Amino acid sequence: MKQLYLENVVSLEYFPEKCNGCRMCTIVCPHGVFEMLDKRAVIVNRDFCMECGACALNCASGAITVKSGVGCAAGIINGILRGTEPTCDCSGSPGCC
Amino acid sequence: MNFAGQVSTPPGEVNLVTSGLRIADYLGALKVRWAFGRNNYRVAPGLYGHGSPGRNSPVMVTANYKLSFDHLRKNLSGIDCWILVLDTKGINVWCAAGKGTFGTNELVSKISETGLSDIVAHRYLLVPQLGATGVAAHEVKKQSGFRVIFGPVRASDIPEFINNQYKATTAMRTVRFNLKDRMILIPAEIMEHFSYLVFVMAAIFLLGGLNRHGYSLDAALDGGLAASFKIAIAYLTGCVITPVVFPLLPVRHFFLKGAITGFLIAVAVFILYPSKNIFETIAWFLLVPAVSSFISMNFTGTSTFTSLSGVLKEMKTAIPLQISIASAGLLLWIIARFIS
Repeated sequence: MKQLYLENVVSLEYFPEKCNGCRMCTIVCPHGVFEMLDKRAVIVNRDFCMECGACALNCASGAITVKSGVGCAAGIINGILRGTEPTCDCSGSPGCC
Repeated sequence: MNFAGQVSTPPGEVNLVTSGLRIADYLGALKVRWAFGRNNYRVAPGLYGHGSPGRNSPVMVTANYKLSFDHLRKNLSGIDCWILVLDTKGINVWCAAGKGTFGTNELVSKISETGLSDIVAHRYLLVPQLGATGVAAHEVKKQSGFRVIFGPVRASDIPEFINNQYKATTAMRTVRFNLKDRMILIPAEIMEHFSYLVFVMAAIFLLGGLNRHGYSLDAALDGGLAASFKIAIAYLTGCVITPVVFPLLPVRHFFLKGAITGFLIAVAVFILYPSKNIFETIAWFLLVPAVSSFISMNFTGTSTFTSLSGVLKEMKTAIPLQISIASAGLLLWIIARFIS
């Protein structure tokens, strides 16, 4: 069963007029957010987006933007304590990706 | 790492690895699953071979976290291929891709460092799909001439992916988070804040000695010890019980999931160890859910589907609540020391 997180919160934006139909977003998304319809990508499961940024990075025509980052409470606290962006780069701490 | 031999290529000898894991590999995996030496469990970056690789064999790209490398090779039984290991500082593919170390630049430089274009006649690479967060396929093509084919999410689907002429099914493309996926991560969850837990348990134990006559070690050994174990129970509720019953909890916010499991465990603790002191009783109905809620919220980073925007939104509500409820609980518990 697929898990759904919070609704209407992600920063994913898609500009279909720029889509060149390469399908890359439908390949790289780990949560099936995009599908192809009439040779163009469409967003079908927006709330499944986890803002990993794979689609935007692999969109050669720049039709997708997303503020990507780690969806991790410990990473966010780390970022606040260090005054940086949320980071899971907790070198030295054992329990971290 | 033990090698099965070497294969000669124009740029030089390439070490061959096997798909069979040894006992040492399984023990190493067990160790890092419990977060021991997890940041230093690495293989040397570079090119390896598997089976009898030749000029037309595919090239699999992976990270230099040994757990990732072993996971890939154990699924390669009967497949002749090259394995290109990127230097991700010992971090797994998905997390390293998020940081950019499993990324376009590192891939392009490893292609050139290893002389890959003199080793294989074709011009494509199989990159794990979760590497796409760091690898831009069109950029790799532009900079190296190699076409990136994103493979399945899970290495266990590689044989089927190859048999399907490099086509992945929707299931192969989708990240899961089922009971087995969650269970395997629980040991690392337990270890994550273990040093803080020990510190808090010690502090609670010492505070337990307070009473209206001043301080007594007997009180610490009695009430303080029991209290520090209740804190440990709350901690374990957040990092073991919440992950196990995860989809059964009918809310989406992780902090609420943890508050629910925490409340249920607080009820169980009260039934097993009832207290006549009303302050003490209320204190644990506040403290256990607050601690469990906070620890469960950290499971967002372990999960495979939370967004940064979503976690930020949840934390804005959760952190003030957790701090006030835990403080109220602690205050009531200290008051209870003086009236018992």
